[in-house]
Amino acid sequence: MTTAERTKTIESYAADFSKTDGGAAWLADLRKKAWAEFEKLGFPTARRGNELWKYTDLRRLDARAFVRGEAETALSGEELRKAAPWSDEWHTAVVINVRFAPEASHNLTASDIAISDLAEAAGTQQSTVEPVLTEIAPFEDNPFVALNTALFETGLLINVNSGAELEQPVHILHVVTDGPENRAFYPRTLVIAEPGSSATIVETFINLSEGSQLTVPVLEVSLGEGANVRHFRVQLENEHSIHIGTTRTEQPADAVFESTTFATGPAIGRNDVHTNLAEEGAETTLHGLYITDGDSHQDNEISTTHQKPHGTSHQFYKGILAGKSRAVFSGKVLVQPGAMKTVAEQKDLNLLLSHGAEIDTKPSLEIYADDVKCAHGATAGHVDQSMLFYLMSRGVSREEAAMMLVTGFASEIVDEFEPEPLRDFLYAKLEQIIPALDSEGIL
Amino acid sequence: MLEVTNLHASVVDAEDGEILKGLDLKVEPGQVHAIMGPNGSGKSTFANVLAGRLDYEVTDGDIEFDGESILEMPSDERAHNGIFLAFQYPAEIPGVRPWQFLKAALDAKHEANGEDKLSVREFSKLYDSKVAEVKINPDLMKRSLNEGFSGGEKKRNEMLQLAVLQPRLAVLDETDSGLDVDAMRVVADAVNALRSPDRSFILVTHYNRLLHHITPDIVHIMADGRLVETGGPELAEEVERDGYKRFLEEHAVATS
Repeated sequence: MTTAERTKTIESYAADFSKTDGGAAWLADLRKKAWAEFEKLGFPTARRGNELWKYTDLRRLDARAFVRGEAETALSGEELRKAAPWSDEWHTAVVINVRFAPEASHNLTASDIAISDLAEAAGTQQSTVEPVLTEIAPFEDNPFVALNTALFETGLLINVNSGAELEQPVHILHVVTDGPENRAFYPRTLVIAEPGSSATIVETFINLSEGSQLTVPVLEVSLGEGANVRHFRVQLENEHSIHIGTTRTEQPADAVFESTTFATGPAIGRNDVHTNLAEEGAETTLHGLYITDGDSHQDNEISTTHQKPHGTSHQFYKGILAGKSRAVFSGKVLVQPGAMKTVAEQKDLNLLLSHGAEIDTKPSLEIYADDVKCAHGATAGHVDQSMLFYLMSRGVSREEAAMMLVTGFASEIVDEFEPEPLRDFLYAKLEQIIPALDSEGIL
Repeated sequence: MLEVTNLHASVVDAEDGEILKGLDLKVEPGQVHAIMGPNGSGKSTFANVLAGRLDYEVTDGDIEFDGESILEMPSDERAHNGIFLAFQYPAEIPGVRPWQFLKAALDAKHEANGEDKLSVREFSKLYDSKVAEVKINPDLMKRSLNEGFSGGEKKRNEMLQLAVLQPRLAVLDETDSGLDVDAMRVVADAVNALRSPDRSFILVTHYNRLLHHITPDIVHIMADGRLVETGGPELAEEVERDGYKRFLEEHAVATS
């Protein structure tokens, strides 16, 4: 793209930046630095040599001027319960468009957790927030984290007390309301799980509009020693939208982080997860399911760094691809010198329902320590005809048999979504999504 | 009930030529037929062609069920009409629960025949009683269909499906292969319990072992894609004693 075009693209974000209430002085300062970084980097381009963005073309992003969405509160509880997974027992923090909406939220106060407005907390709890924010997800060389840092409005801070074992999950429900197209949203969440605490964090992204929107979320998870966080991420977007999500965590000794994602919908989706096993005995599990159809594109950029001995990491993703859609699995495990007794496995399995769908799968291990146990693998295949015949020979129709096989393939990941109402919600989604997938007449 | 005339079949897109080379068979209601033959004679191909496997192409001849050709009928409709194949190697199907699958199969059959579906409670009762009958570990049935099942457990699961679906023509493809004595007894019991004047069986087998437990009315010897000799249970005893040598030699002479 030409310099003039680039300047024009940046301009719409610059206008939003000039309107952003920086908040506490240190945060305003941080936002300025982040903005400068974004101005310097611009959006990445898919090209050879740019390994991180080789397979994901963002020209669609350059072609439009996305303007930050307005705050809105006109959403009934009923609408939310219909569109999103819900349980009255959960601690549900609702974020509508760009702002945390306590009035739409539910069950926020509990003895061992504090859920608050992040921008506000930057002022009132500076000593808690300042040392962590952007430390785990640095914006250097990352235009999307930079953009989010510069432009997020309220954001959310979730603090889990030391040693606390939360019985109910914290659900962060991000809602994009119906409204004009070309709006942009920058959900920002900081989770601080203090030493020895244990919590389940559910993040759901739903889009109630039909037009093209841009959502750029960033989640930073700060874990204390021995803390255990299970994270479930549900990305449900409309087919015109762009969703570039970043999840980052830093794991001290014996900290456990498990993140399972369910991603479907957008024109361009990106699920960028990086975990850093900084101390001994940390464990990370990154699992996910992506379902693509039509012209959609889902990119999974999953990486783990083992810095110290006795770390364990599991990456396991599954993809269901239909129509002319494309998906990317780029899994990386980096085992640094001295990270002995590391155990790492990577797996990406894909079910291609049509001839037009395409998967680029690239699990990779980079190992600089010699006493480790690492394995990786990837597959892509069509619906198994012997399985189809087996089911049909018992009287199940071709359509229902195919539906059972595809759902069965998905279930290995969906079954991991532990809070039952969430799992039920996802199975109900699968019942809508799978029969509608375009197999181009193969199934 | 079943009438197969001059059936020729080959693997789709294969250059190996025909596997079935003019097979004739007539099965009346209530009869138990055994088809015995050496490896490669086409027994399994015939069983799969009966059930409508798309890997095979019928190039000549016909299969009539209740007086109507079923060649153009997809597998699910054949099942609705009462044809059942117990597989030699049942597929392992990740994420599909045996209960869910069997309920869907029975519902589809009832729906196709204009009958009422069973309620979940009615089905569960039927299912539980049949699980007990075929002596499958109920914990196993909470897993994915056939996944992690031993050979014997897979065959028991086939018998469970047979007992629940109650077909009119059941084809057992080498169901006895690799079974221990207990599992063999389960298979035999399942078949014997279902024997009735309007239900027929075709037992496809290499050995006479299963036929010690299920006495067939008619025994056929298959060689080179055809049924070359038909008789009573004494044919099976001859195979057990002397093997297939005589049949193969006579067939070679007859076709040379």
